[in-house]
Amino acid sequence: MTRILKHRQFWPAACLVALLVINTLARPQFIKVSVRDGELYGAPIDILRQSAPLMLVALGMTLVIATRGIDLSVGAVMAISGAVSLTIIDGSTTPGSVSTVLLAMSAGVGLALLLGVWNGFLVAVAKIQPIIATLVLMLAGRGVALLITGGFITTVNSSPLKFVASGYILWLPFAFIISVVVIAVVALFERRTALGMLTEAVGINPEASRLAGVRSIGIVFGAYVVSATLAGVAGIIYSSNIMAADANAAGELIELYAILAVVLGGTSLLGGKFSIAGTVLGVLIIQTLNSTILFLGVPSAEAPVFFAVVVILVVLIQSPRVHQWARHLFRRTPSEVTQPRAESEKVAV
Amino acid sequence: MSAVDVTERPSAPAPSALRTFLGRRAALMPTFAAVAIFVSLLIGAQLYFGNFVTPVNMSSLLLDNAFLLILAVGMTFVIVTGGIDLSVGSVLALTGILCAKLLSEGFSPVLVVPVTILVGAAVGLVIGILVQYFEVQPFIASLAGLFLARGLAFVVSLDSIRIEHSGVLWLQSTRFQLGRWYITPTGLLALAVVFVGAFVMLFTRFGRTVYALGGNEQSARLMGLNVARTKVLVYVISGTCGGLAGLVLTAYSGAGYPRNGIGTELDVIAAVVIGGTLLSGGTGYVLGSMIGVFVYGTIKTVISFQGAEQSWTRIIIGLLLLVFIAVQRVIVFRSERRR
Repeated sequence: MTRILKHRQFWPAACLVALLVINTLARPQFIKVSVRDGELYGAPIDILRQSAPLMLVALGMTLVIATRGIDLSVGAVMAISGAVSLTIIDGSTTPGSVSTVLLAMSAGVGLALLLGVWNGFLVAVAKIQPIIATLVLMLAGRGVALLITGGFITTVNSSPLKFVASGYILWLPFAFIISVVVIAVVALFERRTALGMLTEAVGINPEASRLAGVRSIGIVFGAYVVSATLAGVAGIIYSSNIMAADANAAGELIELYAILAVVLGGTSLLGGKFSIAGTVLGVLIIQTLNSTILFLGVPSAEAPVFFAVVVILVVLIQSPRVHQWARHLFRRTPSEVTQPRAESEKVAV
Repeated sequence: MSAVDVTERPSAPAPSALRTFLGRRAALMPTFAAVAIFVSLLIGAQLYFGNFVTPVNMSSLLLDNAFLLILAVGMTFVIVTGGIDLSVGSVLALTGILCAKLLSEGFSPVLVVPVTILVGAAVGLVIGILVQYFEVQPFIASLAGLFLARGLAFVVSLDSIRIEHSGVLWLQSTRFQLGRWYITPTGLLALAVVFVGAFVMLFTRFGRTVYALGGNEQSARLMGLNVARTKVLVYVISGTCGGLAGLVLTAYSGAGYPRNGIGTELDVIAAVVIGGTLLSGGTGYVLGSMIGVFVYGTIKTVISFQGAEQSWTRIIIGLLLLVFIAVQRVIVFRSERRR
């Protein structure tokens, strides 16, 4: 039991399960998943489908945060990638053909990759603080996206594009399949090769890892490129969902939600140890909380209050002072003198 | 861009007296660069448009950016300690809509104005306590503040509320004229905040502690400075400025609106950095931040004079930010090499 309690993902997982249970108790049809025309339907499926853009952005953010960085520009990159793709589709004579859409999407993602190279250059090579380096693109990027769309909301009518967010393959939403594939690829590269360990080394102590021969520049650079590329894909999923490129609303505040998801998953903003499973849980918590809030009839504009409460609770649970208080509370029962201390050391890691 | 030439001037061969001065006052260099950019922007715009630097235009530059100016003062305190406050845009919206709501329900401004400012201070206090006593990173703590204040703003009202009360509108509609120059009480308030901020920062024990804290927190603690109180107070100051700015913006626009100020925190951070404050803490000037806000405002005015898309404002601010961090990078690199 204590082993389960001490597991790094225990609290995020417990939080997600609690949310699901509350929802199911409040409306039993919540958990029901039905098959219609070979497609799965139900609230949990919706949550998985809608979480795709945040999932991609949060995975990229996890890698960036693991290197002691932060990427504020992801929302702007989403807006640019969506704007570019939809402008190409809108301008083409065959908006419905698969090849046009594929070309447009690769242009969007390719541009996002270049923006990642730009961020990576500023942070890894020019050694500018990540928060301010990515702030440049965050400020300028949305302006660029507005220029691309000419200040309008570009709407298109293209069935291959619609498929990205709304299509199904083998009973499952295509957007969900994209996020599963990305999670698998990231987990494979970070956990089955030395890359993950090297990333953590750079995050824990950049100087020591440099002396140990880790090529930190390449690793930091790579993290920003991956983050921006994934944000580019997320931008296309977002535009496909609403079938429009909205340079103002695309990815609005997503950088903050992504950072929140990463922190909820137990990855420290101080860099170093990161957890991909934790981030996945964090994203699902945010998405479930969002649909819970909508279900409660609270206007979605007021949702940030709930997120604020969650953030404050999570950071309090993680804070050393609260651990100290908890230890004092436990001390009163003599049999547990040693056990809580071991737990706090575990968390301190 | 002409900005590049201007910022490079200090590194060019200079008379030795000037060089010694710059060597000793390296921290002032980014602020000098900001002043130079501001002046050259004004000169450039005047030459290009012919009627840019007019009393009316310059007066409205102050009034249109009064709320940004107030926010920038608070942000300077926070950034000099090495922290960051992402909540200011939301606090601006919350206090603005709260002020409008309370006024529309018939409360007297004598009560509403202090409540508005105290609410801003309270959000700052929460962030400060999280940062100092629970060792939460400023970024995350103020992120919680951002969500909290934005959500509460929508709880107060989902739509904008017009202000009818003459007492609050007086803040904006009254014009003290001097020839063709004019200033409103909101403008005076913003200038007062700037000067009080600059004075506190440079000439009080608290202000010097803020610098010491940003320079090296451990040393500041070992010197016996009250680190905990100072750290909480800077966030309270920033929140209070958020409350004041909400009041000023509400008076300026004649209405409270819960979607006000989305992304404003980034504009403010950009203005503060352009004004010469290092994000790593320890260096920065309130007056520099004022110049940073003016640079931001001038770019905005130039773009609307030009009739171009307002989206260019943010692109140019982004580029300018890049130039400035490059300049700061060089300065930090030099001072490290000198050691």
